[in-house]
Amino acid sequence: MKSGRLLAVFLAAATIAFVLIGTVWPAPSAAAYAGAKSMLASSPTAEAAVGNLGDEIRAQAWEKAYASLANKAQFTEPEFVHDLTGYYPSLLTYSTLGSFDVRPLHASANDADVQLTLHWATVVGSSLSVWALHVIRNGDQWEVEWPIVKASTLAPQVIPVNYLRWDVVYRGPGDDWGAQDVEAPHVRIVDMHPVERADGVVILGELLNEDIVPAYVSVTATLLSKEKSPIATEGSFDKISHLLLPKQVTPFLIKFPNVSLSQVGSIRMAPLSELIAASADPVIAIDNEQLHPAPGASLTGELNNQGGQIVNVAHVLGTFYDKAGNVVWVADQYVNQALLPQIPVPFEIHIPEDLARSISSQRTVIATYSFEGSQ
Amino acid sequence: MRLRVLFPLCIVAATMMQPALCQTATMSLPAAVEAGKAFSIPITGSGKATLYIIGLGQVLKRDVQLGQTTSFPAGSLYDAGRYLAVLSGDSSTQSGEFDVLPVNRPAELAFLARPSRLPVALHDGITGAVYVFDPYQNLITAPTPISFELTGPAGSVQKRAMETHDGSAWASMDSTGQQGVDKFVAHAGEISSTRVIGQVPGDPCGLKMTARQSGQKLLLETDPVRDCSGNAVSDGTIITFTETFNGGQSTVDVPLKHGVAEVQLANHNGATISVASGIVLGNQIHWKD
Repeated sequence: MKSGRLLAVFLAAATIAFVLIGTVWPAPSAAAYAGAKSMLASSPTAEAAVGNLGDEIRAQAWEKAYASLANKAQFTEPEFVHDLTGYYPSLLTYSTLGSFDVRPLHASANDADVQLTLHWATVVGSSLSVWALHVIRNGDQWEVEWPIVKASTLAPQVIPVNYLRWDVVYRGPGDDWGAQDVEAPHVRIVDMHPVERADGVVILGELLNEDIVPAYVSVTATLLSKEKSPIATEGSFDKISHLLLPKQVTPFLIKFPNVSLSQVGSIRMAPLSELIAASADPVIAIDNEQLHPAPGASLTGELNNQGGQIVNVAHVLGTFYDKAGNVVWVADQYVNQALLPQIPVPFEIHIPEDLARSISSQRTVIATYSFEGSQ
Repeated sequence: MRLRVLFPLCIVAATMMQPALCQTATMSLPAAVEAGKAFSIPITGSGKATLYIIGLGQVLKRDVQLGQTTSFPAGSLYDAGRYLAVLSGDSSTQSGEFDVLPVNRPAELAFLARPSRLPVALHDGITGAVYVFDPYQNLITAPTPISFELTGPAGSVQKRAMETHDGSAWASMDSTGQQGVDKFVAHAGEISSTRVIGQVPGDPCGLKMTARQSGQKLLLETDPVRDCSGNAVSDGTIITFTETFNGGQSTVDVPLKHGVAEVQLANHNGATISVASGIVLGNQIHWKD
């Protein structure tokens, strides 16, 4: 009893002591987060200059970050901030910079090239943005030249949009028993097969909306053992385009971590479809798609919003096929900037290196979300 | 519902506990009574007693004079099922059972037609199931003649006639080749119930596009898209255009508008352009300026 009281007193005293120490002599990183001066105040090297900039971006100390730039005369501070986080609401609007990497690319006595990789923590997971920065020496300090990209703008104009919109009237409480409700959209899994990966079993496939109405879709799979007992049930979560317009096809990917294919006797698939109000607009063109082989296998391209409505978040899903037309892999990427009408936005989807050699074709679909509503 | 069951059971239990007093009273119960019809129960003996008629949905209580016939007017018992009659006198208790049967005259049909929307020209794609009820909402379990009639958008009629089995009957019909609205009617005697079925176009058939130069771009346009029965495919249906050139690819999903889909893609001399809708492939064009 007495020793417990002694321990409580000791812990209280230690806590007070540590709080005092932390307040009087804060760690540099904590001070930087708290908005005090930068953790790396001076920039004696090019990497240090880029590191300081990364710290300031992480602390959202935009004024300091802007002030540290060598070419700040070429643009304003809001332009710099918008260049980083977007001019219009997008995925980065509701994100914070979790961490960053600095990688020197080239250096001489008076200038250097440094790659800055920003790891944004977004609502849909981590999102990377990579910047190749030119850093110049100014006296005994190094300063970053920010590669500002002035936002492309479209001339003010009216873009007539007259695509279909579907609204739904469901049955009401006064309907008699037996009266039909609006039929759920008819969807069909047109391809499905399991793949064994290092971290478990992955089910790949494609789902078709074979109806004439839009559908909200998702797919759930249950792995059954050879004795027909369920092993695990998982859903496609966001590895699918949830809104399917008539005759549209989406890929899906369902992960079963820590399960071996040898354990699986059969798979029970359960596609779900619900009628949903939707619009056929906006139409997004996917231009200049290129499959890049390993190493660094990826699919790149540009998204082009052909409508007049701003798309705030775009989700690109790539389906990759082998020569026989079988689905080999499904990968996705959230584009971290808004799609403005007729302004191309690049995307890059990474492909597992071991699968890249077997891929001979691909198909890409886009799921979009606009803060103004509709999709 | 629980009270409905407990209450009669309690009455029965209470009457059973009474001392046997009326040894000579006997009831002549009918074997069956049609729901809603008047009926009577002759009772012999002398003295007074209480008659309970107990069913799952109804309980009747009458003070009766033994040696007389107790009459129940029309509408007294209307829930079909097995009923227990208990005669409780001063000195004895007697009980018996009889059935209340549904009126063999359909008054209402519960008609389930599925689906409410389906593609044209689908064999056995439409199913109708009907349950027949009498005026008191009792399921008529006796075989009842039923006819189903599906009238297509073009006026063609499919008919099926059958009898119900245990109160229900069902039939399947084909969707016809023309899009529009089907009228699906179930008849039982003079009673009918109607449902509406939407027949929608099927998959595109013979999907074909043409290409022409439009300024710096290539304008791709489909012919009016129709299904294999000749119906115009619904607006909003997604048509996918794919242009492959020099290892690169451009794809656009375009919804049909006024029966056609059109899109502008980059003009690459030597590009291969294909069109598809869902799992249906259309023609392919090798573009040359």
